[in-house]
Amino acid sequence: MSVVLEVDRVSKHFQARSGFFGGDRRVVRAVDNVSFSIEEGTSLGVVGESGCGKSTTAKLVLGLEDPSAGAIRFEGKDLVGMDAAGRRHYRKSVQAVFQDPYASLSPRMRIGAIIAEPLITNEKHSADTVRARVLEMLDLVGLPARSADLFPHEFSGGQRQRIAIARALALSPRLIVLDEPVSALDVSIRAQILNLLRDVQDRLGVSYLFIAHDLAAVAHMSQTIIVMYLGKIVESGEARALARTPMHPYTAALFSASLPDHPDDRREEIILSGEVPSPMNPPTGCHFHPRCPRAMARCAQEAPTLREIDGRRVACHLFD
Amino acid sequence: MTAPLLELRNLSTHYVSASGTRVVRAVDDVSLTMNARDTLGIVGESGSGKSTLALTMLRVLPPAARIVGGQMLLEGEDLVAKSEEEMRKVRGKRIAMILQDPMASLNPLFSIGDQVGEPLRQHEGASRASAWKKAIGLLKAVRIPAPESRVTQYPHEMSGGMRQRIVGAIGISCEPRLLIADEPTTSLDLTIQAQYLNLLRDLQQDYGLGLIFITHNLGIVAKMCNLLAVMYAGRVVESGPVSTVFNAPAHPYTAALLHSIPRMTERRERLSAIDGQPPDMSALPKGCAFAARCPRVFDRCRQEEPPVFTPSPGQTARCWLAEGTR
Repeated sequence: MSVVLEVDRVSKHFQARSGFFGGDRRVVRAVDNVSFSIEEGTSLGVVGESGCGKSTTAKLVLGLEDPSAGAIRFEGKDLVGMDAAGRRHYRKSVQAVFQDPYASLSPRMRIGAIIAEPLITNEKHSADTVRARVLEMLDLVGLPARSADLFPHEFSGGQRQRIAIARALALSPRLIVLDEPVSALDVSIRAQILNLLRDVQDRLGVSYLFIAHDLAAVAHMSQTIIVMYLGKIVESGEARALARTPMHPYTAALFSASLPDHPDDRREEIILSGEVPSPMNPPTGCHFHPRCPRAMARCAQEAPTLREIDGRRVACHLFD
Repeated sequence: MTAPLLELRNLSTHYVSASGTRVVRAVDDVSLTMNARDTLGIVGESGSGKSTLALTMLRVLPPAARIVGGQMLLEGEDLVAKSEEEMRKVRGKRIAMILQDPMASLNPLFSIGDQVGEPLRQHEGASRASAWKKAIGLLKAVRIPAPESRVTQYPHEMSGGMRQRIVGAIGISCEPRLLIADEPTTSLDLTIQAQYLNLLRDLQQDYGLGLIFITHNLGIVAKMCNLLAVMYAGRVVESGPVSTVFNAPAHPYTAALLHSIPRMTERRERLSAIDGQPPDMSALPKGCAFAARCPRVFDRCRQEEPPVFTPSPGQTARCWLAEGTR
């Protein structure tokens, strides 16, 4: 299998100003030395709480932000320093589906125009070809052909998310960034959309970068999961193995905090004290040590490096 | 025998359009019973009527909505029959509510001490000083560190998790009998959600509260509740003890909901999705409202609305499949 996207030791730092007249400058390391790769036709899940850097990661992959350090390679070519034609190719090949289908579709455009827009702005086609492509996409996401002439307000949340998926698929991308694609939807609709995303992947071989806070949905959709905390990867590995036997204490706490499937499922709960610290001022050493139930003296001084153990990557001194 | 903490009898709340021609039966013929220390989960999708039911219980409905029938007995007293003046003595005192968005339920212009103490001054005639003193104790009860300094602060100085705990402190300030939490953890991160749910459980133990969770999340029900009511199109389609309903759901909608959730522990290629969408509440079909999406539908479902059956002790279902079990 070939690697579609490779994120190689990427960091994104933001300058934050605070204090009177913004005289007090600080650096927020929103994404800090993060590496992963996505193979063709597979899904990579990213989980973590607010401020962990998962949205910044999505922006970097979409090319909406440039990395402060490191390289993002698409089909082996570095995004930074890519020529205009390469950039155009990249933007066509990497598409996005966002959380809120009420905000991501223009209320003044007909569905046909919404799905056709990426085709018209990126490629030169005859009107007939565009129309045929729109109908093909609608069929692919399970909407009737007459939807093309309607407006977004005539659709429910689940149907709108289908339209957003159709728009993302119009340019035959190789990678789709799914940023919380089902969390705004009703429970009975979520399964429909998750199944649709699966079917689309099976048929077209597209890869997904799946970002969500619903761990069960991520585990269901992804082959590999990355767990982030305050801008860093703390653990990554095969999805089910990671869910079943987490190694990093944060992964363990996060998965134990997810809600049970069944009332008889009385799992051991690890309740973390405190909250996620501000990324403006992260703790020294391992960022997780003030909340970690297994913290040692060393954790406050020394940041652990991400190392490979049994096919897993873990950043924790417990495994040194 | 003492009266149950809360008993809803055939409660209906309808929205009527200005012209009076369109009626939405947001809550329709709902009957539920719970006791002190019970935790009831009311589950449903958007538009199922679960939030309208919560507003009905506090009688804080929007002008277009009206309670058109039924009774709400709180410790034997009918709240529907109470005057607005009497209801003011119930809200915040005997029934308190926690809403989804803590930023919207706190006033940015008042200090935490004033807001946590307000119900005490309102209902118990406490002075400002003694209300503040009690507020410190309440902040301690919801595990806010350094409560002495936090009471003087304002909502913007706190994190989302802390604000939600402050809303919880306001909720329990007058030691209510019943606490209604409407999607209380939707805006919180996972580890903070776990903290908050455990806090609510401890408060329930300490104060002997009845707790109602209004949620779309069956995981919260599995973790927190002993009773469950599933709403669909304004009606309670199934209710009963949580373990009974999870193990042997009597209504196909409940069964489908339980099957549509991805599970961490098992690998399934496809989720069993529920086809279609919830019906238009202002134009409900004849017969059972779920018939169009039901995998086990038969002719009768499209003709006649199913009444309440009792498939097992304590369990109710509005489904023709449960007929004969009564």
